[in-house]
Amino acid sequence: MKRTVSLSVNGATRTAEVEPRALLAHVLRDDLDLTGTHIGCDTSQCGACTVLIDGRAVKSCTMLAVQAEGCQITTIEGLATNGNLHPLQQAFWEKHGLQCGFCTPGMIMTAVDLLAQNSNPSEGEIRHAIEGNYCRCTGYQNIVAAIQAAAATLRGATPARAAS
Amino acid sequence: MPTLFGSGIKRREDPRLITGRATYTDDVKLPGLIYLAILRSPYAHAKLGKVDTKAAKAAPGVLAVYAGADITDRVVPVPCAWNVPNCNLKTPPHPLLAHQKVRYVGDGVAMVIAESRAAARDALDLIEVDYEPLKAVTDPERACQQGAPQLHADVPNNLAFTWVVAGGNADEAFAKAEAKVSLRIVQQRLLPTAMEPRAAVASYNAGTGQLTLWATSQNPHIHRFLCSVMLKIPEHRVRVIAPEVGGGFGSKIPCYADEVLACLASMDLGRPVKWTEDRSENYKATIHGRDHVEYVEMCGTRDGKITGLRTRVYAGLGGYASTAAPGVPTILHGLMYSGAYTIPNIHGTVHGVYTTATPVDAYRGAGRPEATYLIERLVDTLAREIGMDPVEVRRKNFIPKDAFPYTVATGLTYDSGNYHGTLDKALGMLDYGAFRAEQEKARQQGRYLGVGVSSYAEICGLGPSQVAGAVGFGGGLYDSAVVRVYPTGMVRVYIGTKPHGQGEETTFAQIVADEFGYPVESVEIVHGDTESTPQGWGTYGSRTTAVGGTAVKLAAQRVKEKAKKVAAHLLEANEADLEWKDDAWVVRGSPDKRKSFAEAALMANVAWNLPAGVEPGLEATAFFDPTNFVYPFGTHLCTVEVNPETGQVTVLRYIAVDDCGPPINPMIVEGQVHGGVIQGIGEALQEMAVYDAEGQLLTGTMMDYAVPKASQMPKIETAHTVTPSPVNPLGVKGVGETGTIASVAAVVNAVCDALAPLGIKHIDKPLTPARVWAAIQQAKGNGGGR
Repeated sequence: MKRTVSLSVNGATRTAEVEPRALLAHVLRDDLDLTGTHIGCDTSQCGACTVLIDGRAVKSCTMLAVQAEGCQITTIEGLATNGNLHPLQQAFWEKHGLQCGFCTPGMIMTAVDLLAQNSNPSEGEIRHAIEGNYCRCTGYQNIVAAIQAAAATLRGATPARAAS
Repeated sequence: MPTLFGSGIKRREDPRLITGRATYTDDVKLPGLIYLAILRSPYAHAKLGKVDTKAAKAAPGVLAVYAGADITDRVVPVPCAWNVPNCNLKTPPHPLLAHQKVRYVGDGVAMVIAESRAAARDALDLIEVDYEPLKAVTDPERACQQGAPQLHADVPNNLAFTWVVAGGNADEAFAKAEAKVSLRIVQQRLLPTAMEPRAAVASYNAGTGQLTLWATSQNPHIHRFLCSVMLKIPEHRVRVIAPEVGGGFGSKIPCYADEVLACLASMDLGRPVKWTEDRSENYKATIHGRDHVEYVEMCGTRDGKITGLRTRVYAGLGGYASTAAPGVPTILHGLMYSGAYTIPNIHGTVHGVYTTATPVDAYRGAGRPEATYLIERLVDTLAREIGMDPVEVRRKNFIPKDAFPYTVATGLTYDSGNYHGTLDKALGMLDYGAFRAEQEKARQQGRYLGVGVSSYAEICGLGPSQVAGAVGFGGGLYDSAVVRVYPTGMVRVYIGTKPHGQGEETTFAQIVADEFGYPVESVEIVHGDTESTPQGWGTYGSRTTAVGGTAVKLAAQRVKEKAKKVAAHLLEANEADLEWKDDAWVVRGSPDKRKSFAEAALMANVAWNLPAGVEPGLEATAFFDPTNFVYPFGTHLCTVEVNPETGQVTVLRYIAVDDCGPPINPMIVEGQVHGGVIQGIGEALQEMAVYDAEGQLLTGTMMDYAVPKASQMPKIETAHTVTPSPVNPLGVKGVGETGTIASVAAVVNAVCDALAPLGIKHIDKPLTPARVWAAIQQAKGNGGGR
């Protein structure tokens, strides 16, 4: 028996008719056409489906869509604002932090959460924070470099703006 | 004007990937889309009895259910496409859905098509199958012994082939040798684990007779051909689109039964059909890699000259011969037994063996990592036997840089190299002498430090089509490009290769933009759609740049030659009097008389004023078939510390010095090395596909298979030397696989070096703490060995 869910996604209210057992990851992709969120496993290891729920990184395959009612959901499609890339998106591009791109949306969303919690993470802290996001292409090195670069940008951005 | 070739510019494919706007196969949606799910055998080996689909057919939302018997007469079994000659190869048919027998856990048995993904999956549970289980055998050495369970009626002892490579006289070399070493090496099964699972969307239009297949493919033209064969429909009615592809590492070379079943369902039901595997299905139903048991020997003089190498290899193929499977442990492995060295006497025997396991095929490096690993393990073992530094043994046996082109004992001719150069550079980066001193000091404190050297040469840039034909590859290995210049001068380039993460939308645009004096933004690279791209052979075997990139260069040059005629006509000058400067032709001696490439392109396209005999339009096609393979090389160094209490291996430093010719985009080259090295470190330290005695895959999910995580992996220090290849005008070699080829041996050699004081000679990878700890206990006489 399907039921209606009303979800706040990337700032807009979206509704869908879903089975109660439907995972948020599937509903985002299949019902809301937000295919930037990827599915790379069925055991919640790979992190390709990571989105932000009320600002925290969540693997959207670990949550039923009906559980997300009333939450603020941000997917990769909603990360850039007014056509400007988020500093993490920019840094992944600059530092060659992606190759096939499949893990990238989830990796970036996890990093958004990390940098919100810790504005100046060490390499070790970054590697620990993203260990639930698998990448088979990059060997992680440039992902770490990208997150470090974005952290620096985000740290520098606020005072720089305040000064000007 | 600075060239783009050699510049580490940002990738042009990234904006869509970092914003979630890319389209992977599972993202494709079509009106009326329905879903396919495949029932897979839970048994490794069983006689297949009745497959009762009645209840499934009656389930809500179900449109159709098929068992093997329903389709056997309508389709051609999945073909093996690399029929290696002179090895008595037997490739029994691989039905699209199992018929009479299943031969691995994951073998397709039946399929359901339903209105939703969930309905299709639910209905699989309603199919009742009678299995009569048979004994399983997943170890390739055991599988070809007398009395092993037999998979195929017409393949005695499961022996798919016995292939021999010989050069010089190895038996005589061993008989006369001053020093001999031997090892039994297991190169474990691996799960390729491209982050994007496989998927297919098939759409057949009965009105036009056209079939369109979106598929996770590294080679859409090969998929087109194989689909047409399996479905028995004309090739020109099949269009294959490989959209964004989320990694492959070889696992998306084959055209699997699953993609073809989606096509068949669409043809029958008149609606578009989507199939997407989940990860657990991927681990059972998508090809695996490696799976060798090897008996290997090396001999030489007491002063370190290698005189011979012998191997006996049992290469597991799984239940059937996958697309390229027979070529991997033979042509791509055995022919590379000389490695980076002048080994005069080589004899190798490779037995390809069917086992009740998922089929094995090309996985990143495909045969060359296995070859490099066994050679480099043997070199270290020999060095220890004769009491020489392993670096010195390598130096003494390298093919000297002035000896190229050099023909090794297996018959291959290496194109170019400077092996001492990469070794010296790597040793300098580490400060090898200082590390040896530190190691000595640590040993006195009871700490176990080690350094592993891995010097490799590999064969890639596959390859001359004539050779492909001679070694039984079922296709050509040239590649292609169409360069099309629009009236405004903007350029689209259609290529036969299929990048899926390697960045050729950027590097190929760099090649073309340089040719026309353009910014890179003026050139777009188009790939993956057989409707628009010329016949090509795809992306694998580190061939895309060396072969496909050269085709791009040649097509751009052809376009430029024509544009030059137009420019000369417009300037009322002789072509011979024009010289190219930045982005335009200038009449020699009259710098203000110039026509840019874009101006010539406009005139060629509008054709108002063309020289006599010149056709309108500005585009060219090039097919490039190389005269030889290319042979990248390098030296990787790894230092480790082993904790003797826990067996934990910690990588201290990892240094990769590679030579792939001149890098078009150094940033991308470095990224390829990083990824390749980490995949190799995963193989060396933690990855292994494990089957139990019944043939059940114990590492059947990502929870159980140890994909390297960020927190487990070291930082890689990279450097390069540049030795151009004479095989193509760009001078480029390949770099997609070098990291994986080199790194496995570097890590294992380092651990064995660390544990040398305990008398440990060899531990089979993956060097998990449990294995290392057990080896230490055994060496100490504590009986903790396996």
